[in-house]
Order: sequence, then C-alpha cells, then structure tokens
Amino acid sequence: MESAYLDNAATTAMLPEALEVMYRESGSVGNASSLHGAGRRARRVVEESREKLAAAVGAKPQEIIFTASGTEANNLAVKGLYWRAGASKRAIVSTPIEHHAILDPLEWLEREHSVTLHMAEVDTHGTTKVDSIAQSLSEYQKEISFVTVMHSNNEVGALQPVAEIAAISREYEIPIHTDAVQSFGKVPLDFGKLGVSALTISGHKIGGPLGVAALVAKKDLELTPLLHGGGQERDVRSGTLHTPAIAAFATAAELSQQRLQINADRIRSMRERLINGVTAAVDDVRINGGENTLPGIAHFTFAGAEGDALLLLLDAQGVQCSTGSACSAGIAQPSHVLIAMGMAPKIARSSIRFSIGTTTSEKDIDKAISVISEVVSRARAAGVR
Amino acid sequence: MKVIAAMSGGVDSAVAAARVVDAGHEVIGVHLALSANPQKYRSGARGCCTIEDSHDARRAADIIGIPFYIWDMAEEFHEGVVSNFLSEYSAGKTPNPCLRCNEKIKFEAVLKRARAMGYDAVATGHYAKLVSSESGPLLYRANDEGKDQSYVLAVLTQEQLSGALFPLGETVKTEVRKEAQARGFSLAQKPDSHDICFVPSGDNAGWLRDRLGSEVGEIVDEEGAVLGSHKGAYTYTVGQRRGLGLTVPADDGRARYVLRVEPINNRVVVGSREELAITEISGNDVKWCGPVPEKGEYRGLAQVRAHGKPLPCTYRWDGAKLSASLDAPLFGLAPGQALVVYEGERAVGSATIEWTQ
Repeated sequence: MESAYLDNAATTAMLPEALEVMYRESGSVGNASSLHGAGRRARRVVEESREKLAAAVGAKPQEIIFTASGTEANNLAVKGLYWRAGASKRAIVSTPIEHHAILDPLEWLEREHSVTLHMAEVDTHGTTKVDSIAQSLSEYQKEISFVTVMHSNNEVGALQPVAEIAAISREYEIPIHTDAVQSFGKVPLDFGKLGVSALTISGHKIGGPLGVAALVAKKDLELTPLLHGGGQERDVRSGTLHTPAIAAFATAAELSQQRLQINADRIRSMRERLINGVTAAVDDVRINGGENTLPGIAHFTFAGAEGDALLLLLDAQGVQCSTGSACSAGIAQPSHVLIAMGMAPKIARSSIRFSIGTTTSEKDIDKAISVISEVVSRARAAGVR
Repeated sequence: MKVIAAMSGGVDSAVAAARVVDAGHEVIGVHLALSANPQKYRSGARGCCTIEDSHDARRAADIIGIPFYIWDMAEEFHEGVVSNFLSEYSAGKTPNPCLRCNEKIKFEAVLKRARAMGYDAVATGHYAKLVSSESGPLLYRANDEGKDQSYVLAVLTQEQLSGALFPLGETVKTEVRKEAQARGFSLAQKPDSHDICFVPSGDNAGWLRDRLGSEVGEIVDEEGAVLGSHKGAYTYTVGQRRGLGLTVPADDGRARYVLRVEPINNRVVVGSREELAITEISGNDVKWCGPVPEKGEYRGLAQVRAHGKPLPCTYRWDGAKLSASLDAPLFGLAPGQALVVYEGERAVGSATIEWTQ
C-alpha cells in the first residue's frame, strides 16, 4: 500500500543535498576543537556552516549556538535566562500554547524554584493576545526575568505576533525568546528584524538531519549553561560539535531560504486543496488556527470522533498524521493548546493535524481526501469517551 | 477478518497476536491503558498495566509486524471493574475483577469500539476454546487444564463470543513459552502474572483498607460471643482461617473459619469447618455463553473459583436465577464469586452468587 506522509511538522524528509553533505562529512575524521589539520578542517566546515545558517536566519555568525535538539535550545533559553536574571526577577511571561519543550521547563521552574508564571491569554484561533502580555509586563516589570512566546504554534499553525511583543519587551528592557522551530524555513524569519533576544531553530523540521538545532542569541545576552564541559559554543554550550549534522543543517537552511516563497506557495495551495476536499467530504468539521497560519499545517476538529481512532483508521489506510499531543505513556490527552483556545476537552480530543512538507504531492492530499469520509464516519460510530 | 489483538505485554497475548496474523487476518495490536497514572516499572508479580509492559507489547508487535496503539480505557476500567470491586467488598462480598474486566472492558468497551471502527473481532491470550455450532460459538475449557480460563470468560454472551478469538485454547503454556522464544519475543521468559492487576503491592487487604477505611469491629461466633476484633470487615473472606487473631480459643480447641461478613453491623462471624459446609448455591445476573436453555433442571458441573474443581451438581434455571445443588458439600464459599456451570468441558453459563446454604 502506498502511504501518504502528512506529518511533516513532526519531522520531514531530508533534502537530498543535505543528505549528500551529511554523508560526505560523516566520512571525514576530525574534532572541530582539535588543533591539527583534521581538526582545522572540521572547524572550517563548522564555521562555514555557522555563517550559512546565520545568513539564512538573519543573524550574525557569532549569534549561533549549536545544540543537539530544539528541546535543548529551548531549555537553554528558559533556564539559562532565568538563572542569569538574578534573585529579584522571579517571574516569567509566556503563553499557554507553547510546545512542551518550553512549557515543561517553565513548569519545572515554577515547581522547583517557585517561579511565578504569567501566561498570556490566547484567542479562539490560538493567537496570543498582545494586550495580555503588555499588561503583565507593565504590572510586573521589576520581577520579570524574560518573555518567551513561540513564533508559530506547532499544533494549529497559528502565527504569533512576536514582533509586536518584542517591541514592547524592549521598552521594558526585558529579554525575549521565541521558539521558531515550526516557522523557520516556512515563513520569512529574520532574527535581526524580529527584534528578539534569542530564537530557537531546528534541523530536522526543514530537511536537515535529526540531532542538531541552534539557539540564536544576541552576543550580549547572558545565559547560564545547562551543560558544562569543553565550552565549545561560546562557553554556553559544551559537547563535541556534530560537524556532519551542522553542515547538513546549514545546507538545508540555505536551500529552505532560497526556495521559501516557491515552497510556501506550493504547500499552501495543497493545504487549501486538503481543506476544501475534507470539508466537502465530511459534515460538521472545524478548521483551527484562523486565517494567519503556517502554510503547511491543517488542523481539523471532527466533532463526535476521537483523534486516536481517526489516527488509527487513517494509518490503516496509509495516511499518516498526528493528534498533536501525546504523553509519555502514549495515552492521548486533550491538547493543552486547544484547551487554552477555549475548546471543551471532549471536542479537543476530536482533533487531528495534517502537516504538509516539501515532499508532499497532490497525490498524497488526494489520498487523504479519498479516505476521510469513511474514516470519520467509522470513528464517529466508535464515539468519544 | 480484521482483528484487534489485545496485547498486555505478556507472553500469552503476544503469541495469540502472532497466531492471528499467521492465520491470515488483518491485525492491529492494542495495549489497554487501564490506569490513569501507570507505574513506570513492573513491581511484584504482574504482567500488565505499567509503562514497561506497554513497551514489551510494542516490541512484540514490532516483531510480528503489526501496527500498535495504546487505547486509554482507564475510565471504563475504573467504573466497570475497580468501583465494582470496592462496592462489592463493602457489601461484604468477594468479587472477581478479572471476570468483570472480560465482561465490561475486553469484550464490551474494546469490542464495541473495534466493531464500530470496522473490525470484526478481539483476540486475547486467554486459555479457552471456541467451537462453532449452529447456534453460534460455544465456550470450552482449554487443553491446558492448569491454565484454563473458561471460568473468567463464562460471563460473556454468545454475541460477545462471536467477536472473540482465543488462539491459545489448544496449546499448553509450556509450548506457548517455547513458541514465544522461537518467535524472538524478548518477553518469552516473563513470569506469569497473578494477583489483582490494580493492586500493585499484592496486599489486597491493605489496598481495601486505604480506600474503605479500617473501622474496628467485632469478630463473633454464631451465638454472638465476642472472640476478637478486626480492622475492616470487608478484608475477610468466607472460609478464611488465617489472620483472624482471635483472643478467645474455641472450646474444642479446633480452628475457626470465617462464616459470614456482615458489613452493616461491621461484624465478622466465625465458626467451625462443619458450619462452612454448603450444598445450595443461588445466583443472579445470569449470563449464558451458549444458547439460552429452557427453564428447568439439568445435571452438570459447578465451578465457583477461578481454579476450583468442577463439582457434580444439579442446576436449575427459573428464568431469573441460576441455582445449583451440589452432590457433595463444599466448604467456604463467599457471595459475590461467580458460579459457572459446565456440561462436560463446555461452559454453559454463569451467575453472581447471592446466597449459599
């Protein structure tokens, strides 16, 4: 059975060019921190990649801190900024729709370090209310160590007003971080112009390899390290640099930037095709995320059907998608994003996310459309608990 | 057929799933998450319900080559099995939760969901046989006498059995283990599970006390003489001899047994072994796992415990209750347990025991 992979927001296929670089570099010996010839060669690859990546994200090369995952970069931002801020700054401003890689470190700080979290309000589309952030900043400015607001939501795809929020944060001289893992390579993203202090991007969401990401951070932004060791990255992040992955990440980043508009147009038209097809085939379906979304995320709520059942039945037909949120035991919980958007838990459980990538074809979309009606009616027959 | 293989993470259900695949069915593996807060690792003699067990099930599904999902049945399990377990105990009865789980979860909630989603049957690693007949499937004892689980399946109706597959019914457990080994399942040597799956410590009385409280009460004899005290009447079971802690010895110096648990006045009544003897059993909530018989009297075998002996009896069906007269007396039988009647190897039907005498 031919399958349609529509879970590109979870991870997407590597670009052939990135794979080629990864393979080539994996065959070369050399630790980028060594002083001899092999080390210098690896160092050169790392630094050239850093320059490429910086150019792709509108940053200076010195602002790139390589990490092993987006989760690590987010943890470095959250804990690193908090620990650096000093004893009087015991509050953080964020949103309830962040990825778990932000939310969980925030909640950990709340639990273990008695940090106060000021979580902004979001509207029914999953867009953060700027006013709500502005109010927290004005009210608690003296206590706030930093602000973190995602650039776009990974579940429903809603783009967030990060530039506006950054402008307000700057007025209060409070650092602001944004998790841009889903946005990078999909919508225009320029670190300098956005006006944030730090930003997270990841390799495997843009056709680069797994196991490499970066925290882009202004040179003067002080961060307490999470990992102590060789101090390879600005003394903020330790660990031998993964030269092949870094090189492939940079290649993927460069190509994603070059092809951004073409890819975005193509992917958005497939999203529309999917939404039109699904709404024509199924009654009582709601599309989440509002008007201003990432090009590739189509998030649906099928009232009366359980996300789990939809996923299983689609999988059995070769259509691969996601319910968006999963806990460690693999037991689906209603998504915290949808709950924050004001959805009732029962309705939230009835949702699935399709995410379209550069390797998605119209055939994949049509396959999903061709099975959706039967899948939804079967899942509806099974009901929601 | 399209089949859901319920996979606990144990040897039996893994081999059962593999056999259904070999038989040519389209199969997906499903692990039931029965606790809202599963423990990470196994502790004690259990074979399901921890995250480690769901991992074992997933690895077996990988080897078999079938998709694998976890279904959250925690709410249904709590409602249909755990709450029932507690309310039965607090009413002075001794329930069998495995039986309720088959009746309410595996072949009710899961089968219903499976059917709605276009699947035909649920396969499990139970040791029992299904034989097709004109009236539909009939439930028989497994070939492995020691492992036979027809008793805990005899609460299923023929309609439920028509959506069940028991691929291990003709195989003995030692062969199942060998087969698991040969198939490369890492769980092949996992110990058999016993105890109650939702009582991780195995300390049933302690678990009940935590939930129902431990109100001190009297232990008395049939004449009402106080012989000792207890911490929670429901932690005693009819026929129990150990752990009574009686302070007044019997006149004849012989051991005394729990005759009755009286939850309303929080008393435990004890007496001699002879007083435990019963020959009449009557139950309600009757289920027929074959065709519903005409009202009347039949000869058969009665079984009253999961691994109890089949006892020759005459059983009666009056359209509402199922009762049995045993040929020879039985010592110690608690209300709440299941009466299952057999004709030879075939499980005919079951009832929840209301009273005995």
